[in-house]
Amino acid sequence: MSTPAVRSERTTPAPVLRAEGVRVGYDAAPVIPDLSVEIPEGRVTVIVGANACGKSTLLKTLARLLKPRAGRVMLDDRDIAAIPGRELARVVGLLPQHPEAPEGITVSDLVGRGRYPHQGWMRRWSAEDDRVVAEALSATETATLADRSVGELSGGQRQRVWIALALAQDPSILLLDEPTTFLDLAHQLDILDLLDTLNRTQGSTIVMVLHDLNLAARYADHLIVMAGGRIIAEGAPAAVITADTVREAFGLDCLVIADPVTGSPLVIPRGRLREGPTTP
Amino acid sequence: MTSAHLIRAARHRRGSRELRVVGILTAAVLALAALTLSLGDYGLNPAEVLNTLIGRGDTGSEFVILQLRLPGLTLAVLAGACLALSGALFQTLLGNPLASPDIMGITGGASVAAVYTTLILGLTGVLVSVSAFIGAVVIAGLILLLSRDQNGTGYRFVLTGVGIAFMCTGVIGFLLTRAQARDAQAALVWVVGSIGTARWRDILVLALGLAVLLPLILLLTPRLRVLQLGHLSATGLGVRVTGTRTLVLVVAVALAAVATAAVGPVPFVALCSAPIARRVVGTGALSLAASAGVGAVLMLVANLIAQNIIPTAHVPVGIVTGAVGAPYLLWLLATSSTGAKA
Repeated sequence: MSTPAVRSERTTPAPVLRAEGVRVGYDAAPVIPDLSVEIPEGRVTVIVGANACGKSTLLKTLARLLKPRAGRVMLDDRDIAAIPGRELARVVGLLPQHPEAPEGITVSDLVGRGRYPHQGWMRRWSAEDDRVVAEALSATETATLADRSVGELSGGQRQRVWIALALAQDPSILLLDEPTTFLDLAHQLDILDLLDTLNRTQGSTIVMVLHDLNLAARYADHLIVMAGGRIIAEGAPAAVITADTVREAFGLDCLVIADPVTGSPLVIPRGRLREGPTTP
Repeated sequence: MTSAHLIRAARHRRGSRELRVVGILTAAVLALAALTLSLGDYGLNPAEVLNTLIGRGDTGSEFVILQLRLPGLTLAVLAGACLALSGALFQTLLGNPLASPDIMGITGGASVAAVYTTLILGLTGVLVSVSAFIGAVVIAGLILLLSRDQNGTGYRFVLTGVGIAFMCTGVIGFLLTRAQARDAQAALVWVVGSIGTARWRDILVLALGLAVLLPLILLLTPRLRVLQLGHLSATGLGVRVTGTRTLVLVVAVALAAVATAAVGPVPFVALCSAPIARRVVGTGALSLAASAGVGAVLMLVANLIAQNIIPTAHVPVGIVTGAVGAPYLLWLLATSSTGAKA
């Protein structure tokens, strides 16, 4: 993959997002009973865990889509609930799992709508907005699609376009809910490489929920493993991914070896059936 | 690397396309207006129409144009635009092509209130219009109360509205069977929708409503464009979704209410206009101005047909829009599995 054209690296450090004792969900049976976490600034953080472990709920809480029943989410030293919508959107961006595009919308129009938080009553559309949209398209290699209708794109192209929208929004912290769902393996790697490049070149903080443990271990600087609405382990993938952690999080017996390509931990599930032919 | 000027060019192309569509629709409205003023039992040629409009006509044509045809024409244009805008807002808000004040019983609520006021309370005039407005607002509140859900999907809202629309039809039927034949005739306007009895007073109320609501729509437009991306993305982009939705809903209901209070529940204009406009503009834009134009054109065409199809009688305009709109609804239902979401 060629190096995307990028804007200057962020000069000020990205603000730090953290949850303090949040309780999310219904009071009788909260999805997350009591959780605190700090997202490392300028790094790629990946949240993993079994279905219904609360990983998506945590991401949505960080993105102020869900309001915690107790506790709070802080951006540096401010409660995000007290930050006006547009101001927060200039710092924290979100790519939901199933974003919706209006019928017939073109790629450049869609990406342009990411500029909303930078516009206001007085300031509508400016040359700066055109420039940022152009750069977002270049960075995601979707510039040639600018005049195409979003509806006719392939799954991989469409996901790139949505990431372009997030780039046009220009947040320093980008939250993504399973950005690789419904993509084949090649396109999954393609999207993750793109996000990795954005992190390296622009210094954006990236937080995403991923299903695939091995891809998570490969792309994460910081891995958060969740089970039952709690964080059971977090840290560098090499330290976090152990047979014990995987058993606790997924109820799965496995072998952890070093990925022969990257050296990151690689989880080989044992399962119950289909033992290898050499096993007695 | 894409340069900014390509993005700007694409943006201007989209804008000029919409502007062109709005221009063509405006021309169509003017042409239809000229036809409306000259056609009828008392035929006038364009020169006579023009002379009358600038105050040089004879008494006869002055009466026909200024007292009979011009109020109906103005009312048709304003009510068509109001209904179309209301439908466009509902559809954008709920992300559902079936969302529309006529399908969801909001205009039906206005009818129930108007029929009740006319037949049971025996009132006439402005009071009937006021109660129609209240009826629409009450029904909208009822739907909102019954369909409150956390996910903010429009599906439940629409279905609740459809159920309430049936209830309204039932209540109107009941009220009509209880009435004297002559009174029922007067109340019939509130069942099908008609602009035959247009008076300048009705027009004034509608124009005042629009004068308040149009600036609100302009203010809401940037947020609506973001809301088109779904409530999750919109929240992520900094739109206060719940507050914006409530405000849009109030505006949409008010538009439907003022239109219905003036012309009765003319069906399908609210449902059809925005999808037609968006298809013609074809850029995925919000196309509110084009929707209003399509609404006005639909209403004028329906009115022309209604006024002239039977030489001796005026057919209520709602019967014509119903006859044209019903097949569209069937087509929409038949093809809705392909969905509006990309």
